[in-house]
Amino acid sequence: MIKAEELTIKKTGELLRARAFSARELAEAFLKKIELENKKINAYIEVFDDCIKDADRADRAIAEGGGDALTGIPLAIKDAILIKDRRCSAASRMLEQYRATYDAHVISRLRGAHAVFIGRTNMDEFAMGASTENSAFGPVKNPHDISRVPGGSSGGSAAAVAANLALGALGSDTGGSIRQPASFCGVVGLKPTYGAVSRRGLIAMASSLDQIGPIAKNVDDVEIFFNAIRSKDPEDSTSLEYRPNSVPAGRRTIIGVPRDFLKGVDADVLAHFEQTLKKLSENGYEIKDIAIPHIASSLSVYYILMPAEASANLARFDGIRYGLSVQGGDIFSTYKNTRAHGFGREVQRRILLGTYVLSAGYYDAYYNKANAVRGLIKSEFEKAFEEADIIATPTAPTPAFKIGEIKDPVSMYLADIFTVPVNLVGIPAISVPSGTVSREDSSLPLGFQAMAPHFGEERLFEVGRSVEKIR
Amino acid sequence: MITRKEIDHLAELARIDVSEKDRDSLTDDLESILAYVSEINTLHIGEKTGSPIERHLNVMRPDGEPHVPGLFSEDILREAPETEEGYFKVQKILP
Repeated sequence: MIKAEELTIKKTGELLRARAFSARELAEAFLKKIELENKKINAYIEVFDDCIKDADRADRAIAEGGGDALTGIPLAIKDAILIKDRRCSAASRMLEQYRATYDAHVISRLRGAHAVFIGRTNMDEFAMGASTENSAFGPVKNPHDISRVPGGSSGGSAAAVAANLALGALGSDTGGSIRQPASFCGVVGLKPTYGAVSRRGLIAMASSLDQIGPIAKNVDDVEIFFNAIRSKDPEDSTSLEYRPNSVPAGRRTIIGVPRDFLKGVDADVLAHFEQTLKKLSENGYEIKDIAIPHIASSLSVYYILMPAEASANLARFDGIRYGLSVQGGDIFSTYKNTRAHGFGREVQRRILLGTYVLSAGYYDAYYNKANAVRGLIKSEFEKAFEEADIIATPTAPTPAFKIGEIKDPVSMYLADIFTVPVNLVGIPAISVPSGTVSREDSSLPLGFQAMAPHFGEERLFEVGRSVEKIR
Repeated sequence: MITRKEIDHLAELARIDVSEKDRDSLTDDLESILAYVSEINTLHIGEKTGSPIERHLNVMRPDGEPHVPGLFSEDILREAPETEEGYFKVQKILP
């Protein structure tokens, strides 16, 4: 009897190689569990029943002695990452019927490792949202309390892992879309260094910010998963050779805390964060206050640059080449009808906002100014990392909120306040569960966010494992 | 202040047919988002901090052997709403 809730990627890999069970038995157990339990949380948009064939290939690789860390591991894939010949919709009506014509680079890497793709996960439409309520296929529910959101936009991926309906999941993170749902669902999520993981085959939102990354149950699993997907890809010109950047040996790791930035955080979240810092200081870390003077402007900068880039990236959906097409009397009506029917509310809002900040007369005041402030924040982070090895904040200012609770867009955008600076600067960050807080009758997870300089993922895994030990 | 007329203009530029009903609420939404992000216009920052984008270099792929013509055409055209003889079919553009 396979018990999904007791398994991790690392442990399952060992059990598969020791022939305790086969990859086929494992895949069948997950498919059965998904069939019984997915309806309750709506984490998957589609389940790949034929993944048994992938599992059989994994079993053959293991039989031939060729299995590695992800061989036979059932993984869920965010519905924004292309798997050749499978549907990939970005949770949008626009791409509801679209079938991918090629594999994303990360998918090719995982296929090479004989991982098993068990299904595609629900998300906010085109990754625009912090609650997964913007999906065209219904909201995802938080496995810890189904009246609450799982976070977003990779809410389906985080919920699938938290509910033991996959051992790991791929997400994408433009402003917090891996870390914030990981925090809300009590799992570990990594936003890698910009360029560490190829984005070829990720449906683009904002190209100077987008990054694919792993979600799993613990830091060890996230590390295994990250090492399997990171690589320079000649077909993504933003991808880079990996140059590890760890803390010099022989001294304590210094964690910097931008305390001025933490005002306005939920009182329980803040108290819990301080407690985690205290325990880290008792366990060999040095905690230090640091200043990043313009960090509080990150959200404004983000909500100018991201919609600007999204409005350009989403111009490709025209009803001519692929996706939905709603014919009109002439070609312009076809464009306008297609985009009115295909895009949901939040997507239309961001396209119009992006069009506004890029339009003549506003370009300098918004887009150029935001880029200049982004440069300033980046240089302030570089300075902060001369004083600290890690920078820490809570992942989100609150625990998971109720479905339907936040109605106006600006309040929703504030859910990303601690996660967006990382994307603006291009550095890596991890969210690790650090405990829980009670709300009504529920015990809700909280996340501890650690940020590191470019290519400092090893630092994040080290501090992440410490957080796991002390919680 | 953003006006309903401006929303109409943006919708035209963005090629989205926004309905009357949505126009009003989108106007309010954009108004409140712009009020929030306009905070950056109060920041006085030094001259030296240029766009991080400008400090980046373009990465070009060297020209090499092209793939066989038509190798991907069938897969790509399979997804098109309308095709004819191996091409995307487009409504006429000039009146």
